[in-house]
Amino acid sequence: MSISFSEAKRKEVNDIIARYPDGKQKGALIPILHVAQEENGGWLDIPTMDYVANLLNILPIEVYEVATFYTMFNMKPVGKYVFEVCRTGPCMLNGSDDIIQYIKDKLSITEGETTPDGLFTLKPAECLGACGYAPMMQLGKFYKEHLTKEKVDQIIEDCRKNAGVNN
Amino acid sequence: MKLLLENAHIEGIRNYDIYRKHGGYRAVEKALKLTPDEVVEEVKKSGLRGRGGAGFPTGMKWSFLAKPEGVPRHLVCNADESEPGTFKDRYLMEFLPHLLIEGLIVSSYALGSNLTFIYIRGEYAWIVDILEQAIAEAKNNGWLGKNILGTGFDCEIYVQRGAGAYICGEETALIESLEGKRGNPRIKPPFPAVQGLWMRPTVVNNVETIAAVVPIINLSGEEYAKIGVGRSTGTKLISACGNINKPGIYEITMTESVEEFIYSDEYCGGIPKGKRLKACIPGGSSVPIVPTNLLFKTAKGETRYMNYESLSDGGFATGTMMGSGGFIVFDEDQCIVRHTWTLARFYAHESCGQCSPCREGTGWMYRILKNLEHGKGKMSDIDLLWDVQRKIEGNTICPLGDAAAWPVAAAIRHFRDEFEWHVTHADEAQKRNFGLAHYADPRPVPAS
Repeated sequence: MSISFSEAKRKEVNDIIARYPDGKQKGALIPILHVAQEENGGWLDIPTMDYVANLLNILPIEVYEVATFYTMFNMKPVGKYVFEVCRTGPCMLNGSDDIIQYIKDKLSITEGETTPDGLFTLKPAECLGACGYAPMMQLGKFYKEHLTKEKVDQIIEDCRKNAGVNN
Repeated sequence: MKLLLENAHIEGIRNYDIYRKHGGYRAVEKALKLTPDEVVEEVKKSGLRGRGGAGFPTGMKWSFLAKPEGVPRHLVCNADESEPGTFKDRYLMEFLPHLLIEGLIVSSYALGSNLTFIYIRGEYAWIVDILEQAIAEAKNNGWLGKNILGTGFDCEIYVQRGAGAYICGEETALIESLEGKRGNPRIKPPFPAVQGLWMRPTVVNNVETIAAVVPIINLSGEEYAKIGVGRSTGTKLISACGNINKPGIYEITMTESVEEFIYSDEYCGGIPKGKRLKACIPGGSSVPIVPTNLLFKTAKGETRYMNYESLSDGGFATGTMMGSGGFIVFDEDQCIVRHTWTLARFYAHESCGQCSPCREGTGWMYRILKNLEHGKGKMSDIDLLWDVQRKIEGNTICPLGDAAAWPVAAAIRHFRDEFEWHVTHADEAQKRNFGLAHYADPRPVPAS
């Protein structure tokens, strides 16, 4: 299935490309891959990456090699809500292991897995720069900090509500 | 004394009008009346050292910038804050975005950059909106765009998001990423000051460094240099985390003792639950961990202070580093092996894979540490671990190899019997919260 950006997205992308000097439009690749991933339901497939290559007038391989390098680009489909829970040192000192275990038990998934209903993916993350507000996770564009089991319950409930799913 | 966070408490300071009302953009007015070289000279006089971790003098870095005729130059702000324990740049950008923009305008003028980028880590997605809003406000008020304040100086600032790669905090990797490539560090020389972004002369500076240019211009370099101590001039932001009562961002004048910083209510406010202090990593995960006995006093028995020189007193044998100011505190129950294991996992994950010592070595260290932590280690593993880190250090293109080796080396150097205990007590080693008590501060816990 191939994607095509809406007119509004095309304009957004063209504005990004216009920031770069003539002939240096490849600099826009990472920002545009973010847009493409969002448009494609949270991950990048080959047709999407080829589409981006075409937009920037570069070879598909130049897109693949970048997309596979950066952690934020998902090469496999993910759930509607991706819980990226930090587990590096400072979060570990404040109990991130327990939070990860709690999420695993609650959703019956392990690291990298998605729930059968396609709603949740657990993706352990390395330091997200919120060490003083640990334990924490990234959910979409925002951070959820000072996590407790109760807060995790609330987040999961809110996500289900937003998705219009009755448990 | 606060220079960067002076106005942080003011409600709505994110907003241009309020920022301006509290003295914002005075530094631009002042700097644009000087010549670019005079601005560089002020920064040199200030003694400001790079706040990203390396501590290289900023004025000197600026003076290395090549200026070939007809070739554009660029300033790039390094906002790819990813060093575990460090979250100060995020605070600056989130709450004082105009301070960064003001610093960037002054710095761009000094360096002759008409096209300046902020490269921000991809996870700080909501901060991109805050910065872009601030840039738009600055532009609407004539501080950016064409012919700024009638001086003929043009400048545009754009924010570019990364996509989750610690290595892009290394300046040549950051440049590669800005060019739309994998974040593989370049071999130096040529240094970015000669051939950087698109092979043009480029300066890459940390967010806090750029923000510090604003008080330097407002006060003058000479006055700024009077704050602090010795070659640690000005103020430094410390992001404090781990087992402390008051985690957060603190601005210090580098004259505070480490003990005061941890126990005083003005800063970290002591250790929660009346526990004792075991160890500390004072400058982000890459700098050596030190046990309490070497933290408050140097090996010579002198008080250790929160500045570049005092923290590194004794070298790596008994000292550590100021680094990025990511201050991680460990209470007596924390397991050093487990913490070192999570750091090794971090570096193994973040290695770009270009140099084999780092690519293979970080994974190897991670696996050895995982075995030790899970009660599957052998005594010989400890020596093997030491050996592996020695073979990474200094043998890679960029400092990520060193950054991965140092925490492992320091953990073994200072906490060897805790590693040995994990071998001799395999069953108990798997318990998560374990700390050999003799490392903890033997004194009674100060009241908090």
